[in-house]
Amino acid sequence: MGIISRGFQGRRRGDDDRLPPGQYLVDDFPVLSTGPTPRIPLERWEFAIDTEAGQTHRWSWPELMALPQETPTVDIHCVTKWSKLGTGWQGVSLDTLFEDVESAAEYALAYSYGGYTTNLPLEDLLDGKAWIVHKFDGEELEPRHGGPARLLVPHLYLWKSAKWIHGIRLLDEDWPGFWETAGYHNYGDPWREQRYEGD
Amino acid sequence: MRRLTWRPARLTALRDETGSARTLVFRVPDWPGHLAGQHVDVRLTADDGYSAQRSYSVAAPADGDTVELTVERVPDGEVSPYLTEVMEPGDQVEIRGPVGGWFVWRPESTSPVLLVAGGSGIVPLMAMIRARRRAGSRVPFRLLYSLREPGSRYYAEELRRPDAGLDVGYIYTRAAPDGWPRPAGRILLDDLAEGGWPAGFEPECYVCGPTGFVEATADLLLALGHAPERIRTERFGPTGD
Repeated sequence: MGIISRGFQGRRRGDDDRLPPGQYLVDDFPVLSTGPTPRIPLERWEFAIDTEAGQTHRWSWPELMALPQETPTVDIHCVTKWSKLGTGWQGVSLDTLFEDVESAAEYALAYSYGGYTTNLPLEDLLDGKAWIVHKFDGEELEPRHGGPARLLVPHLYLWKSAKWIHGIRLLDEDWPGFWETAGYHNYGDPWREQRYEGD
Repeated sequence: MRRLTWRPARLTALRDETGSARTLVFRVPDWPGHLAGQHVDVRLTADDGYSAQRSYSVAAPADGDTVELTVERVPDGEVSPYLTEVMEPGDQVEIRGPVGGWFVWRPESTSPVLLVAGGSGIVPLMAMIRARRRAGSRVPFRLLYSLREPGSRYYAEELRRPDAGLDVGYIYTRAAPDGWPRPAGRILLDDLAEGGWPAGFEPECYVCGPTGFVEATADLLLALGHAPERIRTERFGPTGD
């Protein structure tokens, strides 16, 4: 046990086995971003997967919409300590997008409109663990929450679920992204409380 | 590898900023130091082992073992009511950090600075103002501080004192003081055009406050021609705590 704070009781609303250590529940949907919200017209929007061999697979907005859609309901966990349970999304599984991609890469770097990047092992994007989502709660995803489309990787802290997603670059070597080079954990598993470098 | 460890932190002083916000000064042995704009994690542990943690921006630049926070009490919050109402000098929490390497101001920086605060979003911006003063920096700073009414102003006395090279402007959203030239209302393009820097000066802009405020202000700065990469934002304010 840590140092006791005299007279602290706590609300203990967080007694829920769906809540990772150090997190607390919220009902609203906080917004965290590092700069202005980019606005991307749908006619210019594009998503790409760039392989380590230099091949690029591209999808326009209508092409993304024409792919099989999934509606994951997942818990999300932000490194700033809030968690939101049972959030409903709609989008395309990365397994679908990776169907025709040939790659032996082990790492991925997600990159966004506006310049944000975040890295993760490629295997964390596959096998039903990640989506490109464009609806939240049945509504079009608002720009402030990452619309028109964001990455959703709910088993990692939410900074890995890059807003305003523009593409995923496959790499033979790990390439730390924006927060990963600014003191945050390289992997970010909320259940192991991997918030910061060294956790 | 650098590792952020929990350190015992003892409260040495406190002062009320408003009816709902309190500044807490902690002594944290072996504190590694921090940059203005960074935040720390605070952990409270009850005597049965239950614990809760939250992040708070640091309100003052590094000064030995001292870590100074200003905390707004969130109604129905879990951690902020303890920090602002229960804690007394001598009591302890645990702190780890510093965290965040983006929303920071470094004293060696030479660009003019525009700080735009919404409500309790003033806290990390005040750390930058204090860091500038402490470093003897001559970089010109402008602060635009948006708040509901005069009584919700943090650091009122300190911000009233002359500080060469720092201009301070207030925007009241609900109730302005008698005779105040600007009607009460949310931040507008003209506020930033008049109280900020021309985009051609290439200032570094730091915007901190509640989501709606940050979104609106960042959009207005873009409309005034500021480059997106020079607009740094941080959300601040109640989120359940």
